[in-house]
Amino acid sequence: MRILKTLISGAAMAAALVASPAMAQDNVRIALVVKALGIGFFEAANKGAEEAAAELGNVEIIYTGPTDTTAEGQIEVINSLIAQNVDAIAISANDTDALVPALKKAMDRGITVISWDSGVAPEGRQLHLNPSSNPLIGNMIVKLAADHLPEGGDVAVLSATTTSTNQNTWIEEMTKVLPDYPGINVVSTVYGDDLADKSYREATGLMQTYPDLKAIIAPTSVGIVAAAQAVVDAGKVGQVNVTGLGLPSEMAGAIESGASQSFAIWNPIDLGYSAAMLAYELSQNDVTVEPGAEIPMGRMGSLTLDDNNEGAMADPFVYDASNIEEFKSIF
Amino acid sequence: MTATPLGRHLPDRLTTRTNRLIRSWELLLLAIAVAIFIFNAMASPYFLNVWNLSDATFNFTEKAMIAFAMALLIVAGEIDLSVAAIIALASTAMGWALQFGVGTPGLVGIGLGTGLLCGAFNGILVTRLGLPSIVVTIGTMSLFRGISYIVLGDQAYRGYPDSFAWFGQGYIWWVFTVEIAIFSMLAVAFGILLHRTNFGRAVYAIGNNPTAALFSGIRVTRVKFILFLLTGLMSGLAAVCLTSRLGSTRPSIGLGMELEVVTMVVLGGVNILGGSGTIPGVVIAAFVMGLVTFGLGLLNVPGIVMSIFIGALLIGVIALPRLFAMVRK
Repeated sequence: MRILKTLISGAAMAAALVASPAMAQDNVRIALVVKALGIGFFEAANKGAEEAAAELGNVEIIYTGPTDTTAEGQIEVINSLIAQNVDAIAISANDTDALVPALKKAMDRGITVISWDSGVAPEGRQLHLNPSSNPLIGNMIVKLAADHLPEGGDVAVLSATTTSTNQNTWIEEMTKVLPDYPGINVVSTVYGDDLADKSYREATGLMQTYPDLKAIIAPTSVGIVAAAQAVVDAGKVGQVNVTGLGLPSEMAGAIESGASQSFAIWNPIDLGYSAAMLAYELSQNDVTVEPGAEIPMGRMGSLTLDDNNEGAMADPFVYDASNIEEFKSIF
Repeated sequence: MTATPLGRHLPDRLTTRTNRLIRSWELLLLAIAVAIFIFNAMASPYFLNVWNLSDATFNFTEKAMIAFAMALLIVAGEIDLSVAAIIALASTAMGWALQFGVGTPGLVGIGLGTGLLCGAFNGILVTRLGLPSIVVTIGTMSLFRGISYIVLGDQAYRGYPDSFAWFGQGYIWWVFTVEIAIFSMLAVAFGILLHRTNFGRAVYAIGNNPTAALFSGIRVTRVKFILFLLTGLMSGLAAVCLTSRLGSTRPSIGLGMELEVVTMVVLGGVNILGGSGTIPGVVIAAFVMGLVTFGLGLLNVPGIVMSIFIGALLIGVIALPRLFAMVRK
């Protein structure tokens, strides 16, 4: 029985230690729920949310999420947030549908629910924040190439597969805005199937077929890395600029070697910041969430909602030699 | 070798009931559960709220349903690691049937039926072919979930009827959920099965010495086969509850749940090598795990710390009685 006594008194002591930092009730508590903890992208989003909290003053950010990327884990987290009666939940969902019942319950109990990055079905959230939009991405990828080609020139597109919905949409959007970039001549679109070796061969082929090629646009994180490697191996650094969408951690080498001048992807810090700002607006100020509404989000401007109550945050963020060092360790 | 005198009195129990109870694993576990409860109540102002506690039971009810059957299986010296994969397959089967307009009773039947079939498949491989259950069920774990992935890919089945939501989201009365009611009924049923029936005695006998059990006239393979069926059935039931609670099916449903189920069983005092363990122990272990994850969740402790805590608890609870025995010697 002595063991039991020791156990209980030990637990009581531990309880006393933990009990002291009782929650500060006056603060607006916004929970930033991520897919899983320990992912650089989300840690960066938390940094942005904390920035928003500092700007707003009376906000406490609860950064939380399950250990692995399961819907069940996120539901346990949501249940404990409902129990704490937080003011708002901003979630990047592991499952579009499975979280709906739990999030509905949260909304029934008066908690503001928004999704960001990875969305929840409309009935499970008030609004969804997309990092960017297809037209913005389509425009950005050609702009990145054009910015380094003041005289114009031949560019080619290295995409994923012929059936990749995202890439096809972005290329379509890019084609729409091409007239805005006179002198930029898209000579070919090839497909690397999001395989490193095939993308590499396709990029090499492009450079052989079009000796005057000035830029390769790869709107896929696999293709852009492979194309940069192909340019280095062909000894065409400085002649052919590789750009498109990529991850800073994977593209740091290409920026350093000069094979890529710049590329784009969403900025997780801005995303976390905007999510926190929107959650605050919805829970504290009388904002009507409806198609067409414009909701302010601090330094990121405002979010315009579409028919599904979704909105795009901003242009994809441009990464180049000036900021790659800072971001390559994040994601 | 001296002959045992005939007519010697053999007691039913080697120690008295009270003596055994005081020194039992269950009491130690109960004390831990109470300690965690008190700790939680002191640490978070939100803990002592019936609705919150009611929500918290979802953290363990589905896992515990499987844990009861798993406890019997482990006592009998076998294990089933495919339970979470059975959930995925049963849920996929229900979602598939839904596309043909099958109603709630049909869906439940299909969920339970798929579970039974999976259990039978495991059982046949283990008992008829004599393969080790750990190897068989690691294989079927990939097989069952693999089928779900082939059927669904990155898609999801949704649109379950409202009446189906009753199982995972409904309430029997006040704060008592349907799931906690199922959990309670199963706890009693499995308690009786293991502790009050011949079948239960046979399970212990097989776990302690399958050869001796066979020679005593116990149909070892049949009992084992029934246990696999039962585990499959309970996984099917958990699939019904979980699918109902999520309102949709994705092939990743219940991913990794088998380890939590086994943890619950072992924490409940079931010997992983077979031969001993009780249902009350598993019930308390279910509450301990539910209380720990919910309590730490209220304090917004990161999930990884929770895993560490559960791991430490498991090792601690297993090591403590051994250490205690060593100190007394």
